[in-house]
Amino acid sequence: MKVKIGAFLGGALFGVGLAIAGMTQPAKIIGFFDFFGNWDPSLAFVMLGAIVVYTPVYRWAIRTWQRPIWAPAFSLPTRKDIDARLIVGSAIFGVGWGLGGYCPGPALTSIGAGSQEALTFGASMLVGVGAYQLFMRVRERRTGGAVDPQAAAMVDG
Amino acid sequence: MIGVAAAGLLLFHGRIAGISGIAGGIFRREPGDISWRLMFIVGLFTAGAVWSQFFPLDYAVEIERSTVALIVAGLTVGIGTQVGSGCTSGHGVCGIGRLSKRSTVATVSFMVTAAITIFVVNEVLGGSV
Repeated sequence: MKVKIGAFLGGALFGVGLAIAGMTQPAKIIGFFDFFGNWDPSLAFVMLGAIVVYTPVYRWAIRTWQRPIWAPAFSLPTRKDIDARLIVGSAIFGVGWGLGGYCPGPALTSIGAGSQEALTFGASMLVGVGAYQLFMRVRERRTGGAVDPQAAAMVDG
Repeated sequence: MIGVAAAGLLLFHGRIAGISGIAGGIFRREPGDISWRLMFIVGLFTAGAVWSQFFPLDYAVEIERSTVALIVAGLTVGIGTQVGSGCTSGHGVCGIGRLSKRSTVATVSFMVTAAITIFVVNEVLGGSV
């Protein structure tokens, strides 16, 4: 129960953070990348700010904590190799981010805010996510059911 | 605040706060691994629903995008984040925060293509698609 409430509060805090940061305003996202128009650098400070908070906590936790408070172990990415999937997949994501002005978190929280655009974008996004995961599951089953979560699942975030 | 939420998810749940990863895991249907993901997303929805009552302008769109463009963009983001195993939060914040080379490369990749796409939309197509 506390795990679920914790996850809910985490999502809520994350959602409010995105709104305050301006990440839920597609025009602001477009403005950040619009180097040839009215460039709005504020998104850089949003990401930098989040990283500055996160990095010391992460380093302290993985060094000194045996385990997280509510889970038996940390579930952290282990892969270090850089492959084509990583680069091409991210490149595809970037095209969609630039086209729609939403990345996944802002899209989902903006659906809650009642945005029609976010709903259209977000529903399509979940279709894309679901289709890919379904495709991977079918493929895992075909290849003998050897499910390697590290290879197939989200390994970075 | 984003950093605090991400740090909290790490300290309490031992998880990376990557939204595309949290969403992707729901469809993988691993027993016992779904409810926290759903609750996180319900939290995101709720934040939007409540916050927009007080600050509706925080959710203003103000760009011209057709329904078709939004659908194509959504599908592209959905598939791209799963193939590339992460998005702005998972790679851009948590990944770079962990000093992960993979996430840094991924972030550069999606930043570059986002910039190119926006250049094409704004400068070539006149800002509306």
